[in-house]
Parts: sequence; C-alpha cells; structure tokens
Amino acid sequence: MGIRKKKLSEIESNDSPIISTHEGGSIVLANLDAMIDWARRNSLWPLTFGTRCCAIEFMAVGASRHDFSRFGNEVARASVRQADLIIISGTINYKMAPVLKRLYDQMPDPKYVMAMGACATTGGPFYYNSYAVVKGADHVIPVDVYIPGCPPRPEAYFYGLLQLQKKITKERYYTDKKRKKAEKE
Amino acid sequence: MAEYRDITFGTDEIKTDDYFINIGPQHPSTHGALRVVAKLEGEIVQSVDPVLGYIHSGIEKMCESLSYPQLIHLTDRMDYLSAHMNNEAVCLCIENALQVEVPERVKYIRTIMDELTRIASHQLWWCASGMDLGAMTTFFYGLRDREPILDIFEETCGARMTFNYNVPGGLMFDIHPNFQKRVKEFLKYFRKKLPEYDRLVTGNIIFTERTKGVGVLSREKAIEWGVTGPSGRASGFSCDVRKHHPYSAYPYIQFNEKIGTEGDSYMRWKLRMDEMWESMNIIDQLIDNIPEGDFAIKMKGVIKLPEGEYYQRVETARGEFGVFIVSDGKKNPYRVKFRSPGFSNLLVLNEIVKGFKIADLVAIMATLDLVIPDIDR
Amino acid sequence: MTNEELKQVINLLTSEAIIKDGAQYLEVTLPAAGLRDICFKLKNNAETAFDYLFCLTGVDYPTYFEIVYHLDSTVYKHVIVLKARTENRENPFIDTVGDIWPTAYSHEREVHDLLGVTFNNNPDMRRLFLEDGWGFPLRKDYFDPIRIVER
Repeated sequence: MGIRKKKLSEIESNDSPIISTHEGGSIVLANLDAMIDWARRNSLWPLTFGTRCCAIEFMAVGASRHDFSRFGNEVARASVRQADLIIISGTINYKMAPVLKRLYDQMPDPKYVMAMGACATTGGPFYYNSYAVVKGADHVIPVDVYIPGCPPRPEAYFYGLLQLQKKITKERYYTDKKRKKAEKE
Repeated sequence: MAEYRDITFGTDEIKTDDYFINIGPQHPSTHGALRVVAKLEGEIVQSVDPVLGYIHSGIEKMCESLSYPQLIHLTDRMDYLSAHMNNEAVCLCIENALQVEVPERVKYIRTIMDELTRIASHQLWWCASGMDLGAMTTFFYGLRDREPILDIFEETCGARMTFNYNVPGGLMFDIHPNFQKRVKEFLKYFRKKLPEYDRLVTGNIIFTERTKGVGVLSREKAIEWGVTGPSGRASGFSCDVRKHHPYSAYPYIQFNEKIGTEGDSYMRWKLRMDEMWESMNIIDQLIDNIPEGDFAIKMKGVIKLPEGEYYQRVETARGEFGVFIVSDGKKNPYRVKFRSPGFSNLLVLNEIVKGFKIADLVAIMATLDLVIPDIDR
Repeated sequence: MTNEELKQVINLLTSEAIIKDGAQYLEVTLPAAGLRDICFKLKNNAETAFDYLFCLTGVDYPTYFEIVYHLDSTVYKHVIVLKARTENRENPFIDTVGDIWPTAYSHEREVHDLLGVTFNNNPDMRRLFLEDGWGFPLRKDYFDPIRIVER
C-alpha cells in the first residue's frame, strides 16, 4: 500500500496539491517542473499594499492567531523588487490606478496578483453613483484569484491562498509545448 | 523649480537646489494611501506637503442618492477602526432630528460597544506605530490582544470590523447571552497585559530619546488648527465631546479627561495608553447595570427628516467626528458632510515638523494616529 | 451665553443679519461683504470668544452657493452657526477666514475642489483630492457618463 499519485485532472478541490504528476515531457524535465512549482507556491512573499479596511484584515492574518507564514508567506516585503505576490486589499480609484500599474510593472517575474475584498473585485459598496472608484482592480492589472467579502475573514483569505497555490501547481515551464513553439517563432 | 548651482569666486555664497523626496502612497508607515512630499536640507526637514486623494471615493456625493438607513453602511468604511462610533453619530443625528427617544438599554449597550471599539482602535494604533519606530514585537502583541475583542463583536454583531449594528431607533438585534461574561473575562485579561505594554515600550530609553521633545504642538496652535482627540489633549486643549456635549449613556458615569501639557510625541503616546485604562473603568461602571427593555423602537418604513440642518458630534478614537445633514423633506438627504478628525490633525503637520529629521517625521506621523480613508472620504 | 443673549450681541454688531432659531443651534445668515469683520469681532470679543471653528461646509443651491461655518468657544462652550452666500453660480467668490482660524485654509481647499468656489486671499488654492481638469463633482448638475454607474 503506497500513495498512488493522482493525475492533475483527478485532483478534487479539497486535495493537497503536493501529490500530482506532470505529464507530457521526459522524466527529468517533468520532475524539474514539479520541483519549480513546489518551490514557487510554498514561498510567496507578499507586498505591503493596503489601502482600505481589508488592509487591517491582512495585518490580522499576518499576526499570531491566524499566521500566514505557515503557508509560506514568511515576511511581507516593503520593496516591490523583492516581492512575488501583490495583494490588492482596498479600493482603487482613478488617482491610485497609475501607481498600482507602476508597482506591477516593477515586480520581477514570476508574479501573482490576488484581489482581496469586494472593492478590489468589482468596486464593492462604491459601485453605484461613485465618480472616483475604478470598478474592479482587474481593469488595471491582470488578477489571478478573487476573494469576496467585505472584509473577508482570515479563513477566507487562506482559502484564496490555497486556490492560488493550486493554480501555480498547474504551471509547466519546461514541458509546455505550446509556449516553446511560440518562442521558436 | 530648480536654480543652478552658482559658485561665485570671492564670496562665501553657494546657492544650492531644493531637494524634494517623495514618501509615496505605497509605504508601510503611511497608514493608508498618503503621499508626503518633503523638502529637505541634508536630513533636516524644511517643509512638508501632504498630497491627498489616493483613496477618495466620493462618499458625500453617493449619500445624496441613498436613503438614511443605507448611508449608515458607508460610514463604517470611512474610519474603519472606530466603525461603531461613526454609525452611532448618524443614528443619533436622525433620532434627534425626529425627536425620538431610544430606550435606556440601547444607550448602555451603545456606550459599552463604543468603549470596546476605542480599546481595539488604540491597540491597533499601538501595534502599527511601534512597528513604524522599529519595534516588531508590538505588532504581534497588539494584534494578539485585539482578537478577544473581535470575538466578542463577532458573537453579538456578526462581523469583525464593519458592524452595521446601529440602526435609527436602536440596535439591529439584542446582545448575545454570553456578552456580559465575555466582556468581564476580557477586562480581567487585559488589565494584566497593559502594564506589560508599558514595561516594553514606554520606559524604554531608545523610545524616550526618539519621542521626547519631538513635534511640539502648543495649545494655541491646537485650538486654531482644530486638532482634537488625544493629539489635542496632549497639548492642553480640553476637547472631549463626551464631557462637554454628552450623548448616550455618558451623562450617567464618572470618568476623568486626561490632559497633558507638553504637547510632544511622548505625551500623545502616553495619553492614549491612559485612555485605554479610562475606557476599562467606564465599561466596569456599565456592564453590570444594563437595564431591561426593548432593543429598538418602531420607526416608520421610510424615514424622512423635516426640513432644516442638523449636526451631531461624537468622540471617536481619533478625535471629534461630526455629521452635518441638510434635509429638504424628501427621503434622500440634500447634502451630507462628515467632519473627520484626521483632516484637521494631518494638516497641522507642516507646522510641527520644521527642523526635525526624517526619522522624527515618521515618529510624529505615528503618534498623530492617522487613518487616511477618514481624511479622504 | 444663551441663544437670546447671542442674538443681542449679533444685532449690536450688524443690522443686516437674518437670525433664525435652528433645530439645535442659532443660525445667522450674513451678507458676504461683512463676513470677515463679524468673524474677527466674534473671535476677539471677551464675552463670546468663538475661537474654535470645527466645521466649514459648502452647499449647492439653485442660484447660489452657501458656505456654513460652525463655531464653538473653548471658554463658554456655546455654539453658533454662520452662513454666507456667494452672489451667483457662474463666478463664485467669497472672502477667506483663514487668517482668523488657520484650520479654514484646508477646509476651503476642499470646498474649492469639490464645488468650485474660489476664496479670495487664500494663499493655497490648489485642488486637494482630484486632479486638475476634473469637473466639480458635488454640484447638482455634474454629469459624468463614463465613470458613474447610475442606479
């Protein structure tokens, strides 16, 4: 009785992403992909970027009761060049949008974006009749995971983080045939 | 803007450029999205210009198309650390305009929730400003001790930070049966923790060297610039709305208004720690005597205020918060203005920071206790 | 001082004021030309001593803008509300009270930003929250089909 490795298509939503296989390449490259993905998803360091009330919930997630360093977010970096993950917690308005775009451009690859809270997802309570709010941060930068709530509970934040980790598990750098073909051209 | 360096031989005059640095909207110590453009000479600050508007959401314009119970939900999101007091200000304004009296039970519960919110807000201030000054430990201690308060709120109001518990006419639902027991347990626990905070930070030599004599605000300047809250009281300006224009259950209790004299950052820090003790004393006087009764009175389905102008003042954790409603008899208000305490507190920064270094600028902004969505609305 | 005594003080200072007993405080509507004089006297008079301006608001009416000043006294704890109107909506100008109460400089910047009222002799009339070239959102005839989602 050993642990049977599951294919990616068989993983259900509550499974741990560690047990998976990468198909489509030779043994060396597929395992290299698995190792890179494991390293990237378990060491995401977020940027300290919080504008409104969700920033306080983000701080509470980093504190001692709900601790995000158990999931790999060890420290929240202040400088953009040292961060992997930008968590947009709060409202984005028309004056702040160029600042957000500049921060995203300055981040080195691989970078991921999480939209936390109702304001960053779609504009939130400020959707109707507000002249200054961008209705959703995905009008400015591409977003990977959306976490609803106003503000979302720390447990909701962790569910979003785990979904992001599953998304990273599906990335294939060396065994991605379509990308290699596009690069050759 | 820039003049060229002009070296004239034979005289001792060397003209230099002005050097501006930008402490930008994304910075861990600006407590929100605030941009500060500082004009420096070496490391000494000559003048400071705060640039606002990075979180402006047009709340006052939105309120003109919402009904009165709907706009209470937006006041939560302005100064989110004193959400309960903001809601209470609008509810009291509406109740006074309609000349409606709420039951005694409601007044007692509103005041207890206010004081718990004040303790939670000061704990978060302590943890964030300790981190600004470089002490990482305060971050973990402050947030660890804030969690029991958020548990109490979650059991009764349903949410951790943006409550919506106050409605015009009373409260949304009654308190949980465990409420009094849990509040008393929390008070017993926190009374042992506050002296620990003092031992950790307030007596520390590095801390006192960084904050004593830094950012002095005199009493006349505090009144002229409208600086209220603990920042104003540290300069000698007696501005506590709970004492001068009391509301809810404040006329029934005794408490001291702490006033300092020096007006520097150390005094502002110390006053907030003392305010946490006072809040615990206030809760002690109220928690065992909550009268029985209804938790809300019946109001009409559609609330319309009579024509006229109404103003209500409330003491939040940052200072004096005011709601000004101009009504023309319809079900939406004609104009709503929120007088936020942070607006006046921030814009006195240019007066008190001249001649200090950049690290002192961070210490002054930390002790002024700013929450930027409150300023920008 | 009670509202009656304040009424007498105002009537002594000027004859053009329209005094009304509002729901909470005494409301005094002054002509814009005499505003600064009365404010200076109310602050420096030993019996009234209104030295704390706690709220400055701009309200948009169909033919004029009205600026509302809420004043408090730290000595006597009484409150009065002063109001002044601009002449028209096309070129709204009014005097500043920033040299009497310095907190007014920043509140007037906010009124200028959101409503478009210009304050004479205010040294700092830049926009505060919004960028240059934006309209004046708090006016009742502000129309912005791109940014606002109507409900």
